[in-house]
Parts: sequence; C-alpha cells; structure tokens
Amino acid sequence: MDFEIFIHILIAAIAAGTPFVYAALGELITEKSGVLNLGVEGMMLVGAISGFIAMAKTGSLLVAVLCGMAAGALMAGIFAVLTLTLMANQVASGLALTIFGVGLSAFLGLDYTSIALGGVADINIPFLSTLPVVGQLFFSHDILIYSSGVLFVAISWFLYKSKAGLLLRGIGEAPKSAHALGYNVIKIRYIAVLVGGAMAGLGGVYLSVAYTPMWVEGMVAGRGWVSLALVVFASWRPARVMLGAYLFGAITIAQFHVQGFGIDIPAQLLSMLPYVATIVVLVVISRDRNTIRLNSPASLGITYHPDNQ
Amino acid sequence: MASMKKKVLSVFILLVCVAGFSLSASAEDKLKVGFVYISPIGDAGWTYQHDLGRLELEKNLGDKIVTKYIESVPEGPEAERVIRDLAQSGHDLIFTTSFGYMNPTLKVAKMFPKKHFEHSTGYKTAKNVGTYMCRFYEGRYLTGIVAGKMTKSNTLGYVAAFPIPEVIRGINAFTLGAKSVNPDIQVKVIWVNSWFDPGKEREASEALITQGADVITHHTDSTAPTLTAEEKGVYAIAYHSDMSKYGPKAHLTAATHTYGEFYTKTTQAVLDNTWKSDSVWSGIKEGSIKLAPMNAAIPAEVVALVEKTTKDIAAGSFHPFQGPVKDQSGKVVVEAGKSLSDEDLLGMNYYVEGVLGNIPK
Repeated sequence: MDFEIFIHILIAAIAAGTPFVYAALGELITEKSGVLNLGVEGMMLVGAISGFIAMAKTGSLLVAVLCGMAAGALMAGIFAVLTLTLMANQVASGLALTIFGVGLSAFLGLDYTSIALGGVADINIPFLSTLPVVGQLFFSHDILIYSSGVLFVAISWFLYKSKAGLLLRGIGEAPKSAHALGYNVIKIRYIAVLVGGAMAGLGGVYLSVAYTPMWVEGMVAGRGWVSLALVVFASWRPARVMLGAYLFGAITIAQFHVQGFGIDIPAQLLSMLPYVATIVVLVVISRDRNTIRLNSPASLGITYHPDNQ
Repeated sequence: MASMKKKVLSVFILLVCVAGFSLSASAEDKLKVGFVYISPIGDAGWTYQHDLGRLELEKNLGDKIVTKYIESVPEGPEAERVIRDLAQSGHDLIFTTSFGYMNPTLKVAKMFPKKHFEHSTGYKTAKNVGTYMCRFYEGRYLTGIVAGKMTKSNTLGYVAAFPIPEVIRGINAFTLGAKSVNPDIQVKVIWVNSWFDPGKEREASEALITQGADVITHHTDSTAPTLTAEEKGVYAIAYHSDMSKYGPKAHLTAATHTYGEFYTKTTQAVLDNTWKSDSVWSGIKEGSIKLAPMNAAIPAEVVALVEKTTKDIAAGSFHPFQGPVKDQSGKVVVEAGKSLSDEDLLGMNYYVEGVLGNIPK
C-alpha cells in the first residue's frame, strides 16, 4: 500500500468519524449528568432530515445546522419531559425515542428522498493547507469538520477546567449532594439532555448535508448506536471518544481499500472489523478499573426524585 | 298506516338495491390493478422504475383499468397484510415488486385462487402466481463497452451490495463488455453489504477512485456513487435509473430496466382471460432493458458500437456470455461457439477473467 493511499485513508477517516464525534460527545455530556439517553439514533435521524430540508429550502448551511440542532434538541426535550419530569424509565424512554425518530424522520423526508444537494465546500486555510501531508490531513476539510474539532476542545475544557463542568460531573456522581448544596438537579439535567440532543442532531446534519449529501430513510444506519457504545468503551473521556470515532472511521475506510486491492479476506469479516477493532482498542486502553470507576457517572440511568429525599 | 309503511320500506329497499347494483357495476367496469412497492417512489431507483411502468400501463389501458400502489411496504408479515388488503378490495391483478414478497404473495394467492398475482425477482410460482425479472446482465454488458472505451487508467470500480448470483452476473457481464473493447482493463469490486447505504456507497466509491478507478459503476440503490464521481472528476455509470441530473459531467449512461410493456401485456391478458402463470425473464429483445441517454463525451463510434451490440443481442445473434469465457484462473467456463444457459446464469458463482479479488464466501 503506498503512502498516498495511506494518507487518503486518514483524510477520509476524519470525515467518516465526524458524525460519531458530534453524537458521542453530545451523549457524553448527557451521560456525565447522570442521564442515559438511548435515543441517539432517532435524534440523529430527525436532525439529519430537518437539516436536509432546511438546506434544500434555503441553501444556507447555517440555517441547516441550526434547524438540525433544534430538531435534535426538541427530540431530546420529549425524552427529558418523560424521564426528568414524569420520572419514566430512561432505558425504555430512550429506546422509544429511537423508534419514534426512525418513523418521524421517514415521514418528514417522504418528499425529499433521493434529492441531491451540492454538498459543503472544503475550506483551505492559506499557507497551512499547502503544507505536505499535514495540510491535507488537517487543513483541507469542510467547516463542519473544523467545528467538530473546536467543539471537542471546548467540551474538554468545560468538563475538566470550568466550575460549571465540575457541577455537571458532580450531579452525575451524587445528585443528592448537589441537591443538598442548593443546586437544581432536574434543571441542569434538562440542559445536559438538550445539549446532547442538539449535538446528535448536528451529527445527523453532517451526514445528510455534507457527507453523503442526500436524504434516505434510515440513512444514519446504526451510527447512533455506535456513538452510544463509543462513550461507554471510551470510559466517558472526551479524548478517547474522539480517538474511537476516528479509529472507527479509519478502519471503515481501510477495509474498503483492502477489498479494492483484491486481498483475500471475506468482505463480511471486513465489515465487522471497525466494530471489533474499536471495541478492542478502547477496552484495552480503558481496562484499568479505577479509571472506569472514576470516570463513569455513578448515578447513570437512575431516576432522581428530588422530592423524596 | 301499515301499508304506507310497507310502501316506504319497499321503495327504500329498491333504492338500496339500485344504488348497490350501480356501485358494483361501476367497480366491475374497470379492472383493478394493485402494486406493492418496497420503498418510496422517489425520483430514481428500483421502485421508481416500477412506477414508471405503472404509469405507462395507465396510459395504455387507462380506460379499462384503475391502478393503485402502496409504497414503503417492508418485507415480511406487513407485506402479507397489504397484499391481502389489495385482494380483498377487489384488485384482480397484483404486482409485488420485491424479492422478499415471495412467500407473502404465495400465501395470499392461495387464499384468493381467482385473483392473479405477479411477483418480481422470485423463483416460486403457483397456478395464479407468475414471476417476472429482467436480464440486467445485458444492460451491464453494454455499459461495460462504454466503460472499457472511456477509461484511461484501465481500472474500473464496481460498488456491489451482496455476493449473490444476480450481482456477480452483473459484475461479470460488465467486465466481459469492457474486455471486449479493451483487453487490458481490470475491475475492482468493493462489497458494502447493504442495498442502500449512501454513506458506505460513497466511502467505497472514494476508495475505488483513490486506487485509480476512473469509471465507477454500482449494484446498489442510491445515487451516492454518481455524486461521488462527479465530485472527484471521474466517470460514473448508474444503475436502475437515469441519474444524469446527479452528475451531469460524470454520468456516462445507466443500465435501466423498464416494465411498461410487460405490465401492459400482462394486464391485457387478464382482461382477455388469457393470463397464465409463467416465469418471464425478459431483456433487450422485449424492451425491458434499455440504456439511459449517452453522455455527449462518449465518441460517436462507441455509441454506434453499443447500438450495434444492442441490436445483435435483441436479434439473438449475440449473447453477453458467449464463449470463449474464462474464469479468473484462466479456465474456460464457456467454450467457443456456445453460450451460457439460463440455468447456469441464474446460479453463477465465479468471477470471469479481469475481475480483481475473490467472491466473499
């Protein structure tokens, strides 16, 4: 395999991994507050079609992104009302949200099936883009890929360096203590769930508006579930989520190249490879029990009743 | 009073009878034809082609029939319910247009022995169930000629769904077509293990282009390969439908299948009471396989060659799998002077010479 193809795989991997970066980082914020939202797939789908419709109607990427994020947040809002206000079971509500999202997006998208958009242009940064290798790898993508990187830095800073991030993590660890200190646990969890939904929606927009760029029923094709798994296997740490997302993307692209070269490995085995490799790598780097205990939110998935203290 | 009541009642009954009679008469006037589709119609793809056929049927026999279609019907129990509903609501001829409708169609057909059913791409028939399918490989061979003439890198890319004989037959026919005009070409195949996943289809197309393929074709359902080719500045050959609006520069042509003639003929047979259960495998000769309009970039002599081959296939003087055909190991699988039987075509499980890699087992 020559060097050029290797670089191509890495460039393509960044694009292929970006939907996971958005959705998984969003889910990470939600889970850090102690809420488990299994509806990522549904939120991504509704975000994808909303962004797609907005893009087809207005032609503005900004409007598409805002609509997709709003739609994802709206979906998450339904989940939040069910689980945080009405105290419904989080696992069941999340699964229901996915099923609902699959149906709703298919319905909204009926008139938009197999319409094609122009895609999103790559932005080359003067000087940096012309650097050999590095320029191709990091400085010749579209704006949604750059912003996923910016978001990653912002979220890492927020979670580990800001007071608000500390509070969010605290609520995920011990909601009762936070409540006793006078913080409104339900309100903060609402915000975390909505942010998670908006980011899942953004991941969907990236898929439908920039990556493919088209709308097809069910086009998220399991990427929401992969994002959920990434958060767990990365033991709730943003950098590892990011690593997992790109690794998954890289192996997805690499296995297509292996097939193209006619190397004799069954295609079915190859299409399984991204899942297996990502899980193995993340489990190996996160195998330390203490790290898991330190990073996994202690109250994850447990319904919190502020009045029954 | 009592007689008055009786009179009113009898008039009322008379009215109901008349109304009922006229209703049933108007329904019996026209033959009701039902269609079951696997996906939304959209504006390109498998279901879109079937719906074009339905529209042509309406145009041809519109005064004698009414059609109804139901789209996005998943294969399985839901399909059985939809087909049964159509039969119950008076549809005498029902076309079910996806492979997975095979068993539901047969099951419903048993319950309604007087209705006629036609199932697309299946292999089981019954007294009132026929099957129909197109000889897609004939179109593939023709597009192979175009690809073989237009490539500069001598590398062609093929995005494929699942390693079943139908798909393998297409890859082989495409390769044979390309090799007939350019013996040096090789065809790279990437399996995406999905009929419809624009994300994966795009990734596979990109990988093929990076590895040097400058003509991309596909046996999957979305427009993603054509879009990708347009973006990367290489050529694409589409499948199912004319996808030129998705890649005006890239789109060379498309191997399309049409059903208008078959639907018209079959419906006419039901109207004439001459319908019989049959397995129809129709191709260029019957007008079921056509190429989409050729891109202006294709030289006139190539267009002429494709037209000549089309005529030869229609006349039966040429068969895409006409010997000698060699498999990858160089073994002759079809001897000179012979061509493959339909049975061998249907069970095809090897690559011909010129295809790179192995069939996933």
